[in-house]
Amino acid sequence: MSEHAASSFVRQELVPERAAPVNTTGFVGFLRTRLFNSPTNVLLTLASLLLLWFTVVPAIRFLVIDAVWPPAIRSWLVDTVWRGSGGSSGTDRSACLETAGHAAGACWPYVQAKFTQFIYGFYPQAERWRVNLTFILAAVLLLPLLIPRLPAKGINAGLFFVAFPVVAFFLLHGGGLGGFGISWTASLLSGLTGSMGEAGRKLASAGEATEVVGPILVLLGKLVMLLSTAVSFLVWPMTWLRDQIQASSRPLWTDFAASAMIVSALVFILNGGIRSGWRSLIASLAVFAGIGAVIAALGLDHGGLPVVDTRLWGGLLVTLVVSVTGIVTSMPVGIALALGRRSTIPLIRIFSVAFIEFWRGVPLITVLFFATYMLPLFLPGNFTIDGLVRVLIGIALFAGAYNAEVVRGGLLAIPRGQAEAASALGLSYWKTTALIVMPQALRHVIPGLVNSFIALFKDTSLVSIVALFDLLGQLRASFADPVWATPTTLFTGFAFAGMIYFVFCFGMSRYSLFVEHRLNAHRRS
Amino acid sequence: MTMTANSIVSIAGLNKWFGDFHVLRDINLDVGKGERIVICGPSGSGKSTLIRCINALEEFQEGRIVVDGIELGPNLRRVDDVRREVGMVFQSFNLFPHLTVLENCTLAPIWVRHLAKKDAEAAAMKYLERVKIPQQAHKFPGQLSGGQQQRVAIARALTMNPKVMLFDEPTSSLDPEMVKEVLDTMVDLAQEGMTMLVVTHEMGFAREVADRVVFMDAGQIIEANTPAEFFANAQHPRTRLFLSQILR
Repeated sequence: MSEHAASSFVRQELVPERAAPVNTTGFVGFLRTRLFNSPTNVLLTLASLLLLWFTVVPAIRFLVIDAVWPPAIRSWLVDTVWRGSGGSSGTDRSACLETAGHAAGACWPYVQAKFTQFIYGFYPQAERWRVNLTFILAAVLLLPLLIPRLPAKGINAGLFFVAFPVVAFFLLHGGGLGGFGISWTASLLSGLTGSMGEAGRKLASAGEATEVVGPILVLLGKLVMLLSTAVSFLVWPMTWLRDQIQASSRPLWTDFAASAMIVSALVFILNGGIRSGWRSLIASLAVFAGIGAVIAALGLDHGGLPVVDTRLWGGLLVTLVVSVTGIVTSMPVGIALALGRRSTIPLIRIFSVAFIEFWRGVPLITVLFFATYMLPLFLPGNFTIDGLVRVLIGIALFAGAYNAEVVRGGLLAIPRGQAEAASALGLSYWKTTALIVMPQALRHVIPGLVNSFIALFKDTSLVSIVALFDLLGQLRASFADPVWATPTTLFTGFAFAGMIYFVFCFGMSRYSLFVEHRLNAHRRS
Repeated sequence: MTMTANSIVSIAGLNKWFGDFHVLRDINLDVGKGERIVICGPSGSGKSTLIRCINALEEFQEGRIVVDGIELGPNLRRVDDVRREVGMVFQSFNLFPHLTVLENCTLAPIWVRHLAKKDAEAAAMKYLERVKIPQQAHKFPGQLSGGQQQRVAIARALTMNPKVMLFDEPTSSLDPEMVKEVLDTMVDLAQEGMTMLVVTHEMGFAREVADRVVFMDAGQIIEANTPAEFFANAQHPRTRLFLSQILR
């Protein structure tokens, strides 16, 4: 009877609601349930407290309490927080030596005295406003880009990734422009035809000297020479135009106007002419107006700002230039290599694999040494690239190879069905990749990418071994200054540099968490 | 399997190998405009591979496939032309999880048909209403039930105005309670005259909607007939064995 009742059950009354169990949240609840809930945990808690006592407390003593402060800050501290401690003035090391009586603390007047050096390096005093302006421009363009709610992301990104690097170059490095689009194109093309003719001549003369394959080489050389002559006839109107422009009274502006007209007309026609090309025509003219404004503002038509050689750059400036350029350029390199490694075309795949494995297999220091000291030996005599640019390229390729593997990890996580569904809708390979596969893949690998960005930011300190004085290099250079030789200079300097690095890296880390959270909105239901 | 003048998909002498495995063997099939064909058979019989060949998600080694006058071959331009004419619904939905339901439905019209965003959205809302989930338009796929996701996938395929719809086991990964809502949507679509090739084990759907039922085993078409004949009077012993196992 009872068995029968058990097997057919119909609930008569629903289970009533009950009060929640005792609260385990809040501070006291936290202490009770997490820190002191078992003998082991009590022991662990006490051990941790001791550890904190022996690390945090001395650090605070060194950095704040026993520290020697610059006069301005010290007087404020003395008035408001505590009375009478530390030295008197902040112009040389004597301030930090007076503390000999008790435990020595950080020597902040040293940081104050060297601060401009840490930021600008040997950048000439009179020109430092240019660095400040670049920093301000970067901040003004970058901040709105990082805040998702603000509009006009497309224009903003264009300004930051395309216009800003050019402006920053002319601001930081200085110098002017002799020509514009037409002159550059003409020089490039005539250089190309020139080297083609040269190669043809060499081939032909080599052919005359050899026995068996000689005639073939001569024929080939003659063909190349003929081709270069033909191309030079095609290029001729271009070079003629350049010569006319260079002969005019204001070559840059003439060239600029001509380039603007030609490019805008092309854009107008390619986007449908009178029917639908007006918008792109206006956009193109607006871009050229912007370029013109920059040329006028920086005076690029008459020499621009005085040139500051990159050897004079230093400190945080170099650290930021190297790391931001590295981060921004390594992304496209990484994405291209990751796609190349998955390509079905063997040549592209083999190239990508070889490239990635080469750069990952070589230490960054080797890359930097090679770029700085070996590359100039291989390049033809009159052909030089700026030392900083060589380092930038080396770091971009190095970081690109690392990013490629991170991005590939993301690509592997995307099910094949995603690309199939996109193809089935008629999207091409590139559209499928750009709209469906890559956005999802990159979201998966934000932690990994930011990880390598942070590593890159700190690896920039390695440039100090190839005679570039980044923040850390500048810091070490300042240790050699006898005016500030005190027992705590070294510790103070590294503590200060550590804080700067920490601010940037922690900022990147937190921002990446925010982005991750926002972009993964679709995973929460 | 006669060649009709108004056939929209015609497959002739199709052979395909996965490595050494002969997965499709001498397939001949003509689908007329507005015809509904249900393809069934045991797993591994090549049903899915067959319909994936029709929009070139799989390549084949021998034979020819002509879709709406466009012959599928190694020429990749034509592949895109064919895919624009053919909509596909997958077993695992394959919605784009990082886009909202509406964005899923406007992506291809905007990027392939080059519609203005506003027009594409208006059209997409029309199709979402047709599959009865317009109120979910701004949610992400992950926030919908399986049945709703599959209906979005159907709407997404319809936004490209396909002439043929391919369904690759559209209800196989759904909870039993959700199978009906998807099948109802497909029945509606059939009644509007859409040409459909459906790989499914839903024999009720086949009976109700199909013009022809095709039974496949071991990579070949064993039997094709009207549903009434197919279910009541199967000719081949393999078909009878299959039917006896799934119709209990």
